[in-house]
Amino acid sequence: MVTLEDKFTLGGHEFTSRFILGSGKYSMRLIEAAVRDAGAQIITLAVRRANTREHENIIDYIPKGVTLLPNTSGARNASEAVRIARLARELGCGNFVKIEIMRDSKYLLPDNSETVKATEILAKENFIVLPYMYPDLNIARDLVNAGAAAVMPLASPIGSNRGLATRDFIQILIDEIDLPIIVDAGIGRPSQACEVMEMGAAAVMANTALATAGDLPLMAAAFRQAIEAGRKAYLSGLGRVLSRGAAASDPLTGFLHD
Amino acid sequence: MLKINGKPADAAGLTVAEYLARENFDARKVAVEINEEIVPKKNFAEVVLRDGDIVEIIGLMGGG
Repeated sequence: MVTLEDKFTLGGHEFTSRFILGSGKYSMRLIEAAVRDAGAQIITLAVRRANTREHENIIDYIPKGVTLLPNTSGARNASEAVRIARLARELGCGNFVKIEIMRDSKYLLPDNSETVKATEILAKENFIVLPYMYPDLNIARDLVNAGAAAVMPLASPIGSNRGLATRDFIQILIDEIDLPIIVDAGIGRPSQACEVMEMGAAAVMANTALATAGDLPLMAAAFRQAIEAGRKAYLSGLGRVLSRGAAASDPLTGFLHD
Repeated sequence: MLKINGKPADAAGLTVAEYLARENFDARKVAVEINEEIVPKKNFAEVVLRDGDIVEIIGLMGGG
């Protein structure tokens, strides 16, 4: 029986929600409704040059008790990511950091080897490191050894809403890596989030799928339900698939032809 | 002259706290780096900006 006690742990912190919410590309005025309807306990943020022309601060719009997960987007190598992570901690974000390192501006694909280097440095500085990565088993093992708290493989390119382009490789990580696998980037619709949860992912991160939806809080609720459904299906164990033929699901004690 | 967030700024001689106040930054919601070294918030009132410093004033915004 699935209960509310189905928790997952990141760096010693327990969470019951398996939906990590992005905060990019939509009005900060929608954040509260998005967090509420997503049931999210973790929200991602970006670190940028401050600007006094903007009088609103995103921090004021995030409900209390939600864990902040700053990312290192904009970093092109490990040392820039480390610099951004330290600034985020100084900004009061706590110890969580999502490492995001990109050299490629067309596809925004993560630089896996720089990500391993940054993970190693930041884990030693007591950050709870969640590295965003291209799903490669060898790199995922390196991230484990480097001290990552989870591994965040991409489903398809960031912001594309194209879904599970890397499905089979994410499954390999789920099967082989003894850390939470959080599928991040490219998940475009709730059914895809449900599918990775059925596969055994620990959590899903989504941003653009919500930010570009017709009704953001409604889509947040749809993702929440899909993620919960997928999780329950995984915990249940999926029914078997017949390679051919059929199996009646009704009793064959027919009375019509006796 | 020094450079603050990529732009030339006339702020030599001011403390970090004085500069932030003059420019209407909320000191509680920014992090400050001088020449790639973080200035801890508790030192904002003591650390003085000098000619040639490269200063970054950093905050949080929406992101994935």
